[in-house]
Amino acid sequence: QVDFWRHPASPGHPVDLRVPFPHLQAVKGFLEFHRFSYSIMIEDVQQELLDEEKESMRKSRRVKRSSRTFDFSSYHTLDEIYSWMDTLVEDHPTLVSKIQIGQSYENRPLYVLKFSTGGSARPAIWLDTGIHSREWITQATGVWTANKIAEEYGRDALVTAILDSMDIFLEIVTNPDGFAFTHSSNRLWRKTRSINAGSRCVGVDPNRNWDAGFGGASSSSNPCSETYHGPHPHSEREVRAIVDFIRGHGGVKSVISIHSYSQMLLFPYGYRMAPTPDHQEMNELAKKAVSDLAAVFGTKYTYGSIANTIYMAGGTTIDWAYDNGVKYSFSLELRDSGRYGFLLPSSQIVPTATETWPALLDIMVHVLEHPY
Amino acid sequence: LMELPPSHFPAARAAALAVGYLRYLRGGPGRGLELRELRRARRQDIDGVGHKYCLELELEDVLDKDRTVSCSAEVLYPLGSTGSAPDVQVSVQGELRSTEEADQEFYNRMRSLEQELVAENIPDSHGNIPPELEPIHLLAWAASGYVIWQNSTENTKFHLAQVKHVKQVKRSDEDLQFDYVVLLHEMVSQEVMPWEVTVLWHPQHGARVSRDRRQHRHSAG
Repeated sequence: QVDFWRHPASPGHPVDLRVPFPHLQAVKGFLEFHRFSYSIMIEDVQQELLDEEKESMRKSRRVKRSSRTFDFSSYHTLDEIYSWMDTLVEDHPTLVSKIQIGQSYENRPLYVLKFSTGGSARPAIWLDTGIHSREWITQATGVWTANKIAEEYGRDALVTAILDSMDIFLEIVTNPDGFAFTHSSNRLWRKTRSINAGSRCVGVDPNRNWDAGFGGASSSSNPCSETYHGPHPHSEREVRAIVDFIRGHGGVKSVISIHSYSQMLLFPYGYRMAPTPDHQEMNELAKKAVSDLAAVFGTKYTYGSIANTIYMAGGTTIDWAYDNGVKYSFSLELRDSGRYGFLLPSSQIVPTATETWPALLDIMVHVLEHPY
Repeated sequence: LMELPPSHFPAARAAALAVGYLRYLRGGPGRGLELRELRRARRQDIDGVGHKYCLELELEDVLDKDRTVSCSAEVLYPLGSTGSAPDVQVSVQGELRSTEEADQEFYNRMRSLEQELVAENIPDSHGNIPPELEPIHLLAWAASGYVIWQNSTENTKFHLAQVKHVKQVKRSDEDLQFDYVVLLHEMVSQEVMPWEVTVLWHPQHGARVSRDRRQHRHSAG
């Protein structure tokens, strides 16, 4: 009685068989008598199986839910991202905490990850992604970047130096109502989901709602418009929450607001053509950052003030931040340059985040080295 | 003739228009033309006529990124709101990769389908395009170049956001016909506009937009 694991098929082709121990000598004798060449592949099947089982049990005990096993190369839902944020905090409890800065129009929590090694009233860097909900590459880059910051503390000299003196705040889903809507109903939704009195049209452009050149160029007073600035500055809870946070904190030295697409690194002003007093310094820093970004995969970015590079626009995040004492205010427009636009293939998430990282680092290091 | 910074928006918008025009002329199911770099831009204001942009572009085929071609383009935006399309003159130096084989294969495949092709949301929400729909997307991209050219002003910059719907229409002549609904994203207003576009295509004759119409859909939310 032998158990064929690979059955005889045709002459000249090997056959594999399992031989029960009591029949071993008889089978060996038979093969040798008939001049069949053979080799022993597994000495003892039972032992082999037991060993394998043990190994696989050992493996599964090691693979617990971990922020590192999250699939960074896929787009995720709001619940998945919020859930992942909790695992990041669990995995790095002394470095990362989650704070709530407010609630969206539809009462979703507005969460910010705080990266801090302690101290009190440390100067801080603010990053936000996903203020325009259809720009999915930005929330995905936010997740990857949050993980990167957490991993690199204690390993990368620059990240360690930054976090030893400063705190980093990162709001990954800055517009959760809009984001949920892009999943449930309209993938190309941009604005918040606030109801506009007297109009059937929903939502305000959160990047025209800030109190800096409010109501100016490239913003609309029509609620049906994609650039509707809202009834008044900071009317949107999502915007108000950040305003209150930054004002309340008092020590934010940089705001980096991340959008897509166009491949640009922009700085104030949008609401006026005249350059800021810090134009030259910002321009030099932007030049370095895009150069380091391009060094990764060759992705070309342009840079300059919003008004010169893209269009004049009133009521933007970084104009408000700059006018409220946050000198190093930048806006990034991530990949691509129009072939896929908002619908950037998920295969480009990790490359995009990877190349953006050195640019972010350049800005953060500059902020660290130029206290004010 | 005034020199313009290539990285700033007036030049970038004119370049996008020129590339759209070229994409229509030279693009198709086997070729997607994209701007690699805007090398130089100059502007001339012609009294009583309009604004003329003289551009030097470097273009690539997204399916063949190892090579580029140079192109000089002149884009003349007419004065006033006559509604007439900008005038575009182009000259291309260099050879693009041949698409003869791929075009013929696509043509034969489409002609021999038992049921006319119907598809939607290309790319999907995650940016994915099934390989067999890639030529359909590239053809839409080429056809949208026509719509972009016809509808651009100095204050617009259009891109194809998504193919919302496509339906192949059987014809008695040799052309393939696809009725598309595409979503065009306009950068300055940030609006997404649905547009019906009927495209005829033949391996030897290229793409022609036979009909196009902006859809007036109330996207209130």
